[in-house]
Amino acid sequence: MRIVAEHLFYTYNPRSPFETAALKDVSLTIEEGEFFGIIGHTGSGKSTFVQHLNGLLRLPSSLKKYRPKKPRKGDVSRPKTVLTVGEFDLADKKTDFRALRRNVGMVFQYPEYQLFAETVAEDVAFGLKNFSEEKLSPEQIAAAVKAALEVVGLDYEEMKDKSPFELSGGQKRRVAIAGVIVTRPEVLVLDEPAAGLDPLGKREVMELLHKLHREWCKTVVIVSHDMDEISENCTRAAVFADGRVRYVLPPRELFRHAAELGEMGLDVPLTAKLCAQLEEAGVHVDCDYTTEDFCRAVLAAWREKKEGAR
Amino acid sequence: MKDVSFGQFYPVDSFVHRLDPRLKILFLIAYIVAIFLASNFYGLAACAAVLVLIVIFARIPFGKVLRAIRGVTFLVLFTAVLNVLFYSGETVYWEWGIFCISFEGIIFSLFLALRLVLLVVCSSMLTYTTTPVSLTDGVESLLTPLKWIRIPVHEIALIMSIALRFIPILMDETSRIKNAQMARGADFESRGLGKKIKATIPILVPLLLSAFRRADELGDAMDARCYTGGKHRTKYKKLRFTWRDAVAFLLGAALIAGVVVMKIYLPAPY
Repeated sequence: MRIVAEHLFYTYNPRSPFETAALKDVSLTIEEGEFFGIIGHTGSGKSTFVQHLNGLLRLPSSLKKYRPKKPRKGDVSRPKTVLTVGEFDLADKKTDFRALRRNVGMVFQYPEYQLFAETVAEDVAFGLKNFSEEKLSPEQIAAAVKAALEVVGLDYEEMKDKSPFELSGGQKRRVAIAGVIVTRPEVLVLDEPAAGLDPLGKREVMELLHKLHREWCKTVVIVSHDMDEISENCTRAAVFADGRVRYVLPPRELFRHAAELGEMGLDVPLTAKLCAQLEEAGVHVDCDYTTEDFCRAVLAAWREKKEGAR
Repeated sequence: MKDVSFGQFYPVDSFVHRLDPRLKILFLIAYIVAIFLASNFYGLAACAAVLVLIVIFARIPFGKVLRAIRGVTFLVLFTAVLNVLFYSGETVYWEWGIFCISFEGIIFSLFLALRLVLLVVCSSMLTYTTTPVSLTDGVESLLTPLKWIRIPVHEIALIMSIALRFIPILMDETSRIKNAQMARGADFESRGLGKKIKATIPILVPLLLSAFRRADELGDAMDARCYTGGKHRTKYKKLRFTWRDAVAFLLGAALIAGVVVMKIYLPAPY
């Protein structure tokens, strides 16, 4: 499913002292099949944007009570807002938002804190039961839960009757992700999927996401403020700052804007910093800023130098 | 859900906002006394005038004030209707069994309704213009005499401020969990009591767990900073009376005096 957003605005607590504009004219297209990254500092509007994608935040025109306002004098005319996810037009009241949510899975920050059921199997089945049109047989449910748990790397027989609260942190997060992907959404959106994990746990989660991208969900969108996470994993990334999209580029090109990124309070990845330092020392390293490619390039440059010295 | 309306603090900078919280609490008490001392409409009119003055000086929009009244509309109407029906006055318009509507009854219930409205508006003005933290500071300071009879005033104030502080956090948490469950297809709009109760479980369980977790963390953090309670603690923000408080104090005193004078020298029929 292709995601198209044009001229998206969003304001929290409109017309009150708490009013804050979170999105100011956001336009962004995410193609089907991408592993897309959204990066930005706290308060840049990235979470607000992704919450639109499955209708948790609605465009005013899609609300039941919406009445088009008559334009008054002095109103700033805004370009028309467009927001579509595949076939779903999110600006339309008649859109079936339940069906949308089934197709766009959303994993929030610290998803392990939304676990509630008595057993892991029940918790994973929660979304499945909610979304299915007709009643599913226990066998169907068990099969779907088994598949979801196995794809996130947990053993079904061992896990299914455990309480989700007696698991370790990493396991809890896997169970929570299984609870979202169990309905096989076409698009999977994750808000800070690796937050609060140790380096190994982070890598495992990212590997899991790549596996999901290959086998379960056509499009994966991750939100993060960690440049390394984005540069290592994404096909393309959008930089959010102050409610606007600044750049949409492949990570490789994104980091050519190091100075601007610094101004937005974002870091460049470690590899890019090292490249810059090597450049200063007179060694040119040409790589795409993933760790693997960086190592290859540095080794190549080193060998070249050694050969030259001989 | 984002609307953090408990304590309903309305963040603008104004004369009333800057008053000492202790004075505001005392003023509220004095005001309530004045409302109940007022025995005729002149007195109530004076109280209402003072209240309007406060609202203007606090720079609170009148819509906000009306919203405070809206919350108690039912209570006010209910007591007014009961009073009209059961008050036994002299000029009777209509009578049926134990019910009777009299001129005095109508006046009396009007009076009562006005009192209630003034009461509610004045108390909400306190919460609109005072942050929960300074409110508890004020309460703690005012309750100091109770320390002499070994009531743990400081601890009570601490519990109060923690409770108030955590309300917006838990509200936030609730909306986050609600969003997460909605993303998993939970339906919170269905009707029917049974369904509604069942729908709250996926919110309540994680919410309770997180409340306990946060309480644990807060306790640990306090321990780590060697918090041992009220003795010998100094305050970061000292409460101080200023000229503003003197003005407000005079206004309060004048109001009570005025109401009493009117009670004695203005024997209006109503």
